[in-house]
Amino acid sequence: MWRFLITVIRRDLLLAARRKGDWLTSQFFFVMVVSLFPLGIGADPEQLRRVAGGVLWVAALLASLLSLQRLYADDHRDGSLEQMLLSPQPALILALGKATAHWLIFGLPLLVIAPLLGLQFALPPDVIGTLVISLAIGTPILSLLGGVGAALTLGLRGGGTLLTLLILPLYVPALIFGAGAVDGILAGMGAEAQLSLLGAFMGLCLLLAPWVTGAALRVSVD
Amino acid sequence: MNLYHYAAPATFYRMAGRWIPWLSWGAGLLTAMGLYISFFVAPTDFQQGEAYRIIFIHVPAAWMSMFIYLVMAFWCAIGLAFNTRLSYLMARALAPTGALFCFLALWTGALWGKPMWGAWWVGDARLTSQLILLFLYVGIMALWAAIDDPKRGDRAGALLILVGAVNVPIIYFSVKWWNTLHQGSSINLMKAPSMATTMLVGMLVMAIAAWLYTIAVAFVRVRGLILERERHTDWAQEALKEA
Repeated sequence: MWRFLITVIRRDLLLAARRKGDWLTSQFFFVMVVSLFPLGIGADPEQLRRVAGGVLWVAALLASLLSLQRLYADDHRDGSLEQMLLSPQPALILALGKATAHWLIFGLPLLVIAPLLGLQFALPPDVIGTLVISLAIGTPILSLLGGVGAALTLGLRGGGTLLTLLILPLYVPALIFGAGAVDGILAGMGAEAQLSLLGAFMGLCLLLAPWVTGAALRVSVD
Repeated sequence: MNLYHYAAPATFYRMAGRWIPWLSWGAGLLTAMGLYISFFVAPTDFQQGEAYRIIFIHVPAAWMSMFIYLVMAFWCAIGLAFNTRLSYLMARALAPTGALFCFLALWTGALWGKPMWGAWWVGDARLTSQLILLFLYVGIMALWAAIDDPKRGDRAGALLILVGAVNVPIIYFSVKWWNTLHQGSSINLMKAPSMATTMLVGMLVMAIAAWLYTIAVAFVRVRGLILERERHTDWAQEALKEA
């Protein structure tokens, strides 16, 4: 089982390394969306600081949806997904491996980019630290829950838009706790409570989402 | 009464057909009664004036929107566990009504909020989570609409509804905490002035009317869905000829 999990993750990472353009798109999308906000709302540092947490988090949600569309689509198209589901390994492990790979490809680079964008929003260092921690805890939620949506909308017309419609409402707790942690630090209230809640939500997703994704894959591929 | 008997689409189709007139008449009569109580019997509220009377629509609509989601989740769980086709159809038949009530609750809430709070919309926990509930309804119906294969649609929708059902309480509490963190809530919906009995009676009558209406339209829709799915069978052909 462990070997299957590692194989799935390694396969996805290898595929991503061969096709850099695919996954860099969502990272650049993230950078662009965040950079557009100062242009839209003005360059007043005080105001930017206040909205930074929310803006970065919303941009992360949207960027994750952009990359999630392809999570299972390519494997579905060339038939390898069907083969993996036919194998004696549980679909749950497949879903977990796919989500982990997605997080490594999508979430991890985000953690590196986010501090730079935080500087753009005139955030003090301790707030940037909290932002990165909140993204570190929160982005796995995006990969896990997004996997459910990607599996449900597999091969449907308008799948990408539909995925957005299905998954964004489910992301709400992650957004609130994640952006709330940043705001909490900014307001001098501390972020522990928000981060703990975010962690609890991540635990719940880790427990349930791969299982639902596995079931959804079986429904969609049958 | 044997419940399995009614799980068969053919028998359920007939039973639903017999019930629909009773349910519709009941809903109509109770709505008339409830509206009469709410407009003519219930006293004017000394704080909120006449505008408060919108609660007779607003509160039952909000109750139904949440309750219908739970009922859908229940049917989906039954469907996934026992593989009963009818359960999925029940969920499909209920969703539009749930979305309708959700929208009504938001709409009447905005109409109520304007004279009471001076704003159509405030970032209150209940309002926001109600809005997200509407998004969930819309997402589920969009997923059903996008999937052509009925069997896949049933199951995919059921999974999404169950994920949403787990998430709804989390969303509610997260929004509630978000609200307390961001701004001191100027309005407290919990501190409603103690209600006169006639107001409560009016509201309950309207709530029961909403229930009967929901069951009636769900039965109408489920009958349509059953005929659509079972169109290749003899009994469905006969039922279509009768109609």
